[in-house]
This record gives sequence, C-alpha cells and structure tokens, in this order.
Amino acid sequence: MVSLLKSLWYVFLHMFQKRVTVQYPEEKNYLPPRWRGRIVLTRDPDGEERCVACYLCSVACPVDCIALAATEEEDGRRYPDFFRINFSRCIYCGYCEEACPTYAIQLIPDFEMAEYNRQNMVYEKEHLLINGEGKYHGYNFYKYAGLELKNKGKGEGENEAPPVDPKSLMP
Amino acid sequence: MATIYVDGKTYEVNPNNNLLHECLQKGIDIPYFCWHPAMGSVGSCRQCAVKQYKDENDTTGQIVMSCMVPAADGTRISVDDEEAVEFRRSVIEWLMTNHPHDCPICDEGGECHLQDMTVMAGHNYRRFRFKKKTYINQYLGPLINHEMNRCIQCYRCVRFYKDYAHGDDLDVFGAHNHIYFGRHEDGVLENEFSGNLVEVCPTGVFTDKTLKEHYTRKWDMTTAPSICTHCGVGCNTIGAERYGSVRRILNRYNGQVNGYFLCDRGRYGYDYVNSEDRIRTPMMRQENGELESASKELVLNTLKEALKSKKNIIGIGSPRASVESNYALKKFVGSDRYYTGLSDTESKLVDKIIGILKNAPVRSPSLKDIRESDAVFILGEDVTNTAPMMALALRQSIRQEPLKLVDMLKIPRWHEYAVQDTLQQRKGPFFIASVTGTKLDDIATRTYRAESDDIARLGFAVAHILNKDAPAVKKLNKEVKQLAEVIAGALKKAERPVIVSGTSLGNEVIVHAAANVAAALSKEDRRTNLSYIVPEANTMGVGLLGGGSIGDAIRGVKDKKADTLIIFENDLYRRANKSNVDSFLKHFKHIIVVDYMQHTTTQRATAVLPAGTFGETDGTFVNYEGRAQRYFQVYYPEQEIKESWRWLRDATLQAGHNDFKEWQNLDAVVGAINREVAAFRKINEAAPNSRFRIAGLKMSRASARYSGRTSIRSHENVHEQKPPDDPDSPFTFTMEGYSGIKPPGLTNLFWAPRWNSVQALTRFQEEIDGPLRGGDPGVRLIEPAQRFSFSYFTDVPAAFEKRNDEFYTVPLHHIFGSDELSIKAPWIGELAPKPYVLLNKEDAGVKEYNEGDEVEVQLSSGTWKLPVKISDSIPAGVIGIPAGLPGLETAILPGWSTISK
Repeated sequence: MVSLLKSLWYVFLHMFQKRVTVQYPEEKNYLPPRWRGRIVLTRDPDGEERCVACYLCSVACPVDCIALAATEEEDGRRYPDFFRINFSRCIYCGYCEEACPTYAIQLIPDFEMAEYNRQNMVYEKEHLLINGEGKYHGYNFYKYAGLELKNKGKGEGENEAPPVDPKSLMP
Repeated sequence: MATIYVDGKTYEVNPNNNLLHECLQKGIDIPYFCWHPAMGSVGSCRQCAVKQYKDENDTTGQIVMSCMVPAADGTRISVDDEEAVEFRRSVIEWLMTNHPHDCPICDEGGECHLQDMTVMAGHNYRRFRFKKKTYINQYLGPLINHEMNRCIQCYRCVRFYKDYAHGDDLDVFGAHNHIYFGRHEDGVLENEFSGNLVEVCPTGVFTDKTLKEHYTRKWDMTTAPSICTHCGVGCNTIGAERYGSVRRILNRYNGQVNGYFLCDRGRYGYDYVNSEDRIRTPMMRQENGELESASKELVLNTLKEALKSKKNIIGIGSPRASVESNYALKKFVGSDRYYTGLSDTESKLVDKIIGILKNAPVRSPSLKDIRESDAVFILGEDVTNTAPMMALALRQSIRQEPLKLVDMLKIPRWHEYAVQDTLQQRKGPFFIASVTGTKLDDIATRTYRAESDDIARLGFAVAHILNKDAPAVKKLNKEVKQLAEVIAGALKKAERPVIVSGTSLGNEVIVHAAANVAAALSKEDRRTNLSYIVPEANTMGVGLLGGGSIGDAIRGVKDKKADTLIIFENDLYRRANKSNVDSFLKHFKHIIVVDYMQHTTTQRATAVLPAGTFGETDGTFVNYEGRAQRYFQVYYPEQEIKESWRWLRDATLQAGHNDFKEWQNLDAVVGAINREVAAFRKINEAAPNSRFRIAGLKMSRASARYSGRTSIRSHENVHEQKPPDDPDSPFTFTMEGYSGIKPPGLTNLFWAPRWNSVQALTRFQEEIDGPLRGGDPGVRLIEPAQRFSFSYFTDVPAAFEKRNDEFYTVPLHHIFGSDELSIKAPWIGELAPKPYVLLNKEDAGVKEYNEGDEVEVQLSSGTWKLPVKISDSIPAGVIGIPAGLPGLETAILPGWSTISK
C-alpha cells in the first residue's frame, strides 16, 4: 500500500519535470556534423567525382550492401560505372567512410530516409552523388596519385619530381 | 636431410635448397621480392635478411640474405632477431620512398606482393619528405599495362622475360637510381609469354590490360578451377567472374603441367565467353526461313518429332566439347552413328597417336618431364604456335645438359647468377625439323627446313642410325645423312631425351617417323618420352572415345538414311570442304546444333540450343599427354545455358526416350563413362565428385571477403533470392562453404593469411616447386603397356619433288589467330596477323611476284585472294597459308594448290 502511494507520488512529481520529448517532425533535434546518417558521394574541388572505384568501401561493408563497378575515362581516370547502396541493409556503421582513400564516400547527419516501398531504399549513383565536397574540403586524390591524366602529365602532381630520363648517366 | 635451427626451433630440411625456400616451406614468413621458385635466387632486393650464427655459442651473428645461403646441416639463423627485423623494415622503407600513392587505382591492389611485404616487414609510416621520382610509361600492346612509377627494381620482370622465356625486347635501362624497365621504344611486347609479367611483377608495374576494361578486385571475383580451352596442352587456369562476365584468367599451378606460367593465348583468350557472337537463347528456324530466338519449351517440343526414332539420327561431337557431352551423344545415337567431329586428317592422326602411345615402347611426357629433358628433337611442329606452353617447357630443357657442369662444380642450382656464369652460352642438344622458320630456332643446335615428307625422312634416318631394325631411308642426300648422324649421336648420349611431333602438318608419316625415333632410343629400363601435339582441348578425349571423322559421316550419309543431325559444339566448315558439308547438310530435315558460338554451321541449323563454355559448365578434357582434367563452372549464367549433354537429356526425355532419365548431375555421366568405356576407367579420379565435403561443407567459389552480396541484385528486387544450387560439383556459387586450402583439383584461389598475392602459392604446395598438397590434379589415362607390341613403321616416303604448276600447301599456325575461340577476344584479334601466302624466294622469282602482290590461291576447298609474303626459309615448291585466321577458316590443309595473279 505504501509503495503504491509512493509510486503515485513520483508520477505526480514527474509532471513538473522538464520535457525531453522533441516534437518531431515540427521540431528537429541537433545532429552534430559527424553524425552517421545517409551516405553521399562527393566531388573534388574541381567538381569531378571523387570516387575512384577502388572497391574498398564495398569490401569494408559488414553487411555487403555496397556494389559498384569500375570503369575508366579515355585518359585513364577511373570512376564508378554504377554505384549502388542498399539502404535497407545498411547499418550506418561508417566503415565505408573510414575505408575510403579519397574522401568520396561520406556519412552525413540525415536520417530521414523512411520509405513505404522497400525497393525505394536502393540508391543508385544519381541518388548518392552530391555537388560538393561534403565534410572534407580541398582534397583531390589524383593530384597525389602519380598517374598521368588528361591535364596532368607525369611529374606535375603534388610532391613529384619531373620524369626520369633513363638515357641520362648524370647522378 | 639436414637440420637447421631457426629461432631456437629445429627443422629437418633439404640441404640442396636455400634458407628462404626452406623457411617458407616450413611456414615461416620471411618477406622477399626477387626470389622466385622457377627462377632461383639472385639476392638483389635485400628483403629476406635474417641473422646467421656461427654456432650455438655465437650471440652476435651476422646478417645474411636467406635466399643466398644454402640450408646446410647445422645452420643457425634467427628471423625474429631485432637487428634483422629492423634491417628488413628499413629496406622496405627505402623501396617505398618513391612508390606512388595510388593503391586505390592500382590493379594490383589487394593482391599485391609489395603491400603484403610492407605489412609483413613492419613499415607503416612514411618519413621520406622529398619529391617522388616519376617515369614516363610505355605502350606495351593490348595485353599489358605499364606504370613504371610503381617499380621497386627487383628485376623479376627481366629475369622472367629474358632468362626464362628468352624474350629480347624487354630490358632494364639507365643507371643508378634512374633504372627503367621497359622496351627500347613503345611497342607490343613480342614474347608469347609476356602475360606472365602480370603475375611475376610483385607490384603494379605490369598489370592485365584486359582486366582494366572491367576492373574487379581479387576478393570480389567468383572463381573456379578451369582448364584452358585454346590448345591441346591443357594448362590449369582459374576463371574469374563478376556481374555475369568472365573477367580474367589466372594461372593455376599444376606441377606436372603448366607450373607457374601461362601463354598469352591462354591468359587473354577468355573474352569469347563474353562475346557478342555467343548463343544465349534457344533458336528455331521460323517459317520465313529466319533463325530466331524461341522459348526452350517450344524448341524442345518441336524437336520431339525429330528425335522420335534413334535410327534416323546422326550425331557429330567435337574436340572442343567435354568428354561427357561427346559420350552422351555417342551413347544416344549409337557407336555407328556417332562421329568425333575431327577432320579426316586429324582423326587418322589421332588414332595413330593413341595407338603409338599405348603400344609402342615410349611414354608421353608431362610438361614437367619436358622441362627436365636433356635433348630435344622436334619433327614438323612450330611448337610456340601450336602448343605454346610446351615451347616454354622446351626452352627450359636446353639448360639440363649443361647443368651437369654446374653440379660438378658443386654450385647449387638455385644460385641463378652463378649458374648463368657457369653455363655461359652452353646449350643442350636441340634439333628442329620444320617446314619454315619457328620461334624456337634461337635456341636450336641445328635446324632443318624441308617439306613434311622430307622431315619424316630425316626422322626415319635418325631412327635407322639408332637402331638398325628400323627401316633405312633410300636416296638420302649427304647433308641430311650427316645431320641425322649428329642428331642420333646427341640423342643417344642424352639421359632423358624427348621427341616432339604432332598433327599440325597433317602428315601421317611424320607421326610414324617420330614413333620410330623414340622407339629406337628406348632401352629396357627406360622408355623415351614422345610427345605428340594435338590441336584442341579435347582432341585426345574424343580420340579415346573413338568414332569416325566428319569425312566418314559425309561419305556414309547415303547408307544411313538419317533425317536428323545433332552437332555438338562444332563448326563443320572448319574441318571439311565447304561443298561437301553443304551437300551433306542437305540430307537432313532437322539439323540441331548445340553450341555457344555462332558460326557457319549454326546458320544452317533448324534448331540451335545454347551450350556453355568453360565459364558456364563442368566437364573433363583430355590433354595431349592423355591427362584427364576436370574444369568447373565459374558462374551461374542469367540465361538458361547448359552443358550439351543436359540439352540432349532434356530433349530426349521430352521425345520419350528414357536413356538419360537417371542423369541428374555430372557424377552420373562420369559414372557411366567410367563403367562403360575402357579407356576412361580412371576418369572419376580427375577431381573429387559433387558429394565431396570438408567438415560437412561445400567449397566456396567466392572469396571469404566477397563484397556486395546484398546489393548486386537489389536494383532488380530488394528481396534477396536464394543463391543457385550446383548439383554438378562440390562448389557453392557464393562465399558460403569451406574457404581454406582445398584439395588440389579444386583450388580456385591462391590466398593465405598475410599472403594476398599469388605468391601465397607456396602455402599450397607440398614442397615448393613440387606438387600441390595432395598431389598434382588430373589423371593420366594413357599409360604405356607393360608389354609393348610394336614393330617399326616402314612407310618411308619418297623425297619431296616439286611440281611445276602446283604447290604443296601447308598450314602455318599462329598463336594469335589460329584458334577458333581466342580470336573472338578483341585484343587477340588485334594481335593476329592478316591473311597471307608464304612463298619461297625462288618460286616468287620464277613467278615474278613481289612482296605484297595479291595472288589467287586455288585449293580443293576454295579459292582465296592473298597478299604474297616471301621467305627463304620455306622450301621451294611449298607454300604456307595461316591456319584458321578469319577468312581462311574453311581452307582445308594440307593439299596441293595453284597460284595465279
């Protein structure tokens, strides 16, 4: 009997506590920038796709929900022909972002992805690719990669010496 | 056996090997780059450093390169010694100073020996802050991509290319830190084995350019053990698939067959599987006369009538179809109505060859035996073009005889540079008799160029010198006699001679001559190795199964009163005269072709069913040696593509025949062959059957880290489907199942913890460079009889006499182009020569032809307009036409022809 009254008293007291329930969706909670939500593919500072189709995100994914296929532009720049994430499987662990060597794949603070039709949870490249650099600014993988591209010859990248002349005997 | 001590532990080792070899053998990880079991040690990369101690009291020790120190009895070393560890760490740090930051876009990434060794040696942080060296890349042809920035100067590429494969257009240039590995200028790599650079290079300097077109990482590919389909050697390969297309072929080590290497035709010919010319759906001839796709049910239903009475059916098999499919066809139509699908000449020769290998005092050698031969006599074959990997094996044989000197000087054989210094230019005896120049001429002691009958005469002459029981050759000229003496002398002295001949010239007497030589050489205790090269993956298989040739079918059609023809995976127009095939096909109301490629014969069919290539089906091929080897389906095709025997089963069941009712899977077919065909008693030993399990598990085709499982098909349907079953093999199509070291015939991936590259192979071998764990796969179906019944062939031909108005026309084989299937790969097509006719200088002079003139060559099988090529190596009165090139497929050779302008 005493304990029953005690419980009732606590319930009564609770009426005067500060409310923690947020009136979502009218009111939205603060999400920090590094919150792991929807996955996007970003572009480098020159506006080109950052993804080089190295398959590291797909192999890092513990639920195997990323599938892509590499293809190349004429000058040898590699990019994904298709890039598919099955968000109905994704567990938002962020391993893909961690594995990405080019800052291409990023998790952003957005979780509003619910769908009535599960098929719509499958995102293709056109749904994933954004027109910006996302969280990491200024990095362009191809500048460091040593690869020859359309507008970058051998030795023109960051921290690269001009090409070696194998016919020279000079030290 | 010797005892060595590694970090206080005792190991029993073979003292003839070096420490690195033996440590890897015992499962001790030592990082290395330049050592390769097939190419020995040179000690150039300094990566395999360990500490060696004088005796048990020595605590200081000295750092040595483990690949350069013999594993002598009592050797004490430490791999884990702090100084040695630090030494190895700093060596890799130096190697990595200029290595580019491009692993994500490097095709080697994930199967890179350099990545593995960097991790193993403990280098993880880059301290070098200066600019990186860069190099200009070269164009090396359509097969190999060059990215010189990634080079770590281990010298493996040139050691393979120059020392092992005897190529001369890849070399090292420059000096000190400007070293450059490439050609003297941009251009296609000329050696036929250049593709091995991809596997030999420990990093991404040389990568597979064809893989680049549809790049996939090693861990993402579904792989299965396969057998190469492009010649009769039967090299073991690994086929790899992703997203429904075959992506690449990798070497699958088989100590008895191909060892560590593949030829470029085998490695790069795979793209026919993905070709536009594939047949992927059943087709039927419609009322308007067009061949159009139709549903399986409809086609099988229509075939009911055609298949009703077995007596009305003729079946033609194929040397590119599996033993199982050929057997099924033979069983269904009956022995007298089944034909092997070999051409007249091939059929005759193959029967002869099998008879000789079974009954003569000879033995058919594996490629390993050929590599270890110490004298070679080639009769009439251009081996590099007809059996490329045998040519690579033959190239190794020239070392065997001079190696005696190395042994005498007590130089260990793995000490490569010391061996090379000792050998200098010494070469073992190597004789080639051929119609025209061959790619092996550079290593030959003597060559002999003559028309095929004359080649046979030389063979008969050699046999007669070796053993007087063999028939003598009349009217032999002095030079040839002398040459025969030289050859006979060299062969007699050799301990392990090999005679190589084959079917490529279509000449029976050459086959006889080779048998005579080998038989004459054989002694009581030793049978001479005699190797006959056959053209296709399963030529020996259909030969052993037995049956008439296509010619027999054509000639016998009138008596057979058949109205239905079933053709398995065969283009008749490549094997018999066009006019004969045309009139032959007219006899039939129903022509059912089961094949995977479209060709002239499928165009004449009334119904076409989609058979599978090595990618979609399982089966057994028998190689030139008589070794039966199983290949396994690589991937599960989208469309209903099946084994030819399965189509036959379905169609005959529908038509009311119950012959194959019990055939639910491959095991049933193999079992039936095993029971019913004497020659195939051992076929079930070729590989484990479908019930094989390890720890109750099937084997996995996909790697343990296969990615995208829940996403690959999610765009079609987000609800995941059950993966397909495989009733035919112990494999699953997914990563589920056993993924450790599988039994030898089922190895589909070379991977071990810490070894992601193909160098993981050392973990799969019973002993390094020896057989795979559990023995090399495949089973020899032709073992020489204990008691032989052989009498020398006496059909010595008369010397070739040149005719005035006619030319003897021989086929010239090309590694790129002569094979029906590999030519469908665009990059092989790019490398294939354009059609031509090869003419002797003298003949060209008489006819007043110049190089490049268009002439008309008239053969019994047709007329071709071809540009003239002039050579002084082809004998006068003989001309050569490239075999099998697009446009020339229907030229039936050899034969007599006339030329006019």
